[in-house]
Amino acid sequence: MPATKRKMNTKTAHAPIFEFEKIPSGIKGLDDITRGGLPKGRPSLVSGGPGCGKTLFAMEFIARGITEYGDPGVFIAFEEKTDDLKKNFKSMGFDLDDLVNRKKLVLDHITVERSEIEETGEYDLEGLFIRLGSMIDEVGAKRVAIDTLEALFSGFTNEAILRSELRRLFLWLKDRGVTAVVTGERGDRTITKYGLEEYVADCVITLDHRVTNQIATRRLRIVKYRGSIHGTDEYPFLISNDGISVLPITSMSLTHIASDERISTGIPKLDTMLGAKGFYRGSSILVSGQAGTGKTSISATFVDAACRRNEKCLFFIFEESESQLIRNMKSIGMDLEPWVKKGMLRFHAVRPTAYSLEMHLSTMLKLIDEFKPTVLAVDPISNLYPIGDDIQVRSMLMRLIDYAKSLQITGLFTNLTNDAETGMYSLEPTEMHVSSLMDVWLILKNIEGNGERNRIFSIIKSRGMAHSNQLREFVLSDRGIQLRDLYKGTEGVLFGSARMAQESREAGERIRRNEETARKKRELEAKKTVMENEISLIRAKFAREEDEIKVLIGQDVSRQKASENVMKEIAVQRKVDK
Amino acid sequence: MPTPPKNNRKEREVEEESAEEIWILRLYVAGQTQNSLTAFDNLKKICEKHIDCRYRIEVIDLLKNPQLAKDHQIIAVPTLIRKLPTPVKKIIGNLSNTEKVLVGLDLRKAE
Repeated sequence: MPATKRKMNTKTAHAPIFEFEKIPSGIKGLDDITRGGLPKGRPSLVSGGPGCGKTLFAMEFIARGITEYGDPGVFIAFEEKTDDLKKNFKSMGFDLDDLVNRKKLVLDHITVERSEIEETGEYDLEGLFIRLGSMIDEVGAKRVAIDTLEALFSGFTNEAILRSELRRLFLWLKDRGVTAVVTGERGDRTITKYGLEEYVADCVITLDHRVTNQIATRRLRIVKYRGSIHGTDEYPFLISNDGISVLPITSMSLTHIASDERISTGIPKLDTMLGAKGFYRGSSILVSGQAGTGKTSISATFVDAACRRNEKCLFFIFEESESQLIRNMKSIGMDLEPWVKKGMLRFHAVRPTAYSLEMHLSTMLKLIDEFKPTVLAVDPISNLYPIGDDIQVRSMLMRLIDYAKSLQITGLFTNLTNDAETGMYSLEPTEMHVSSLMDVWLILKNIEGNGERNRIFSIIKSRGMAHSNQLREFVLSDRGIQLRDLYKGTEGVLFGSARMAQESREAGERIRRNEETARKKRELEAKKTVMENEISLIRAKFAREEDEIKVLIGQDVSRQKASENVMKEIAVQRKVDK
Repeated sequence: MPTPPKNNRKEREVEEESAEEIWILRLYVAGQTQNSLTAFDNLKKICEKHIDCRYRIEVIDLLKNPQLAKDHQIIAVPTLIRKLPTPVKKIIGNLSNTEKVLVGLDLRKAE
């Protein structure tokens, strides 16, 4: 007895935490959020308004289930005819006819039209069960999709019967052991119009198609997933020509290989500031600045430099047309036209509001696949903000950047900031969002003063390299972009014409000072000359006097001699005895 | 002329009406459930009482022919379909509400 007891104890101790077995949904990104997919052998409910991608969700679940996981499937459509479905999904690369012929898929369209049905007394939906059952048996289906089950409510008036039959249907699906996706129409206050979520206890996903500022964006949320950990955020998702892809914001893998190769920015002084070598290949660069600070010029210069190195460039422009940009760049002495003609450079100019973020992203990815560039420029990403919020734009850019990085494409993105009044480096939240995706962040700033506006340039960050912390004056001329050192002197930091004025003032001062020195030198020379003249004069005078005195002395001596001689003679004459 | 399975009218009337007129009624059921038995009984009664020409009732058990549920777009059972005369009429339920059945079969105008 004690032995069994112990055995039982160990059993409970080692009992795994209950979690449903899951099967991959086949929808890109969803399995990351749900950590494995949909609950196996159970129905999941997908609800959403019209046109939000329910049918696509259901069909991808079935079709990818067949093509990628080898699970035969049944797709029941209440709304679309099977021919229409086949046509619609052919454009997304699903050959439903082929799957049907290979006995992997059964497509069925159930029409429910109240106008032709008269209800008299009790009934049940056994016909539907029989139909479903025979289709499941036909291909040995493991996956079933029912799109949109709620269409039944428009076909039958007796809601009590319908509800009990729906309850029975979900139980029946579970009993059959098929993994099912049931779609439902979104209700005003409820998840589905007719409260289908009551019957599906395990996994409920809502799809949303929101229109903000006339631009539609899609989101997906897992409302509940019993017995499973799942992301609870609203995840933006895209519908592109290869189906739905959900963008799990946090689960992006960062596995790209970082290159050591450096490429020139096209601006020699900027290369110098970036450790004399330029950007890393495959890095992402953000250039932000106010209107008219030269962001486009920086992008174009970078692109031009890449073309000179024989690299292919893809340039997405959201503000100007291709010819306008080419013309404008000619004014700073750059001609991009030859690159376009040579097929080195391709523009993609479109207004951001032309279509939704998801479309932009898929278009960009498609172009990247087609053109295979090594350099990518987007001017400006801020124009995407009207069509999505921070997180959506960020996640879109993240996808774009990650994709670019995985292909070792260097990407330069410009961002328009409008904080003209605030301090030099006060950053907008949007920039904060985006900047963390970027390896290099360059900032252009307008500085007003002395009745003029000047551009100041600096590097905020540059991952993985030593870089200059100095501000530079950003000057656009017909010889392109120049970065000039700021004037640093007794008057503080000066730029623009103030810098030039100060410089010329200094030059004048220097000349004046030189002249002064020269003058002083000359003066000194003159003084010296005067002094020397005076000295020679004095010397001459002295010499003259010396001569005179010498003469006098000589006279004196001779006079004395003479007098001695005279005395002698007198003595002789007087016969003086000695 | 083959004899229809159920016929309650007189020979005289057949000659008066068009020889082509025949009612074909299909009753879809799923096994011998209470509802399907009730529906069949009700249908028989209504036909005897209200259909003046020849008619034929075909009972289709979907359990035996599941494919027909798909082919004939049947969801609810019992479902009664009037194949002939056209237009096709569809009535679901155990046919316990005779008035509604008659309206559904165009045998009586709805009030």
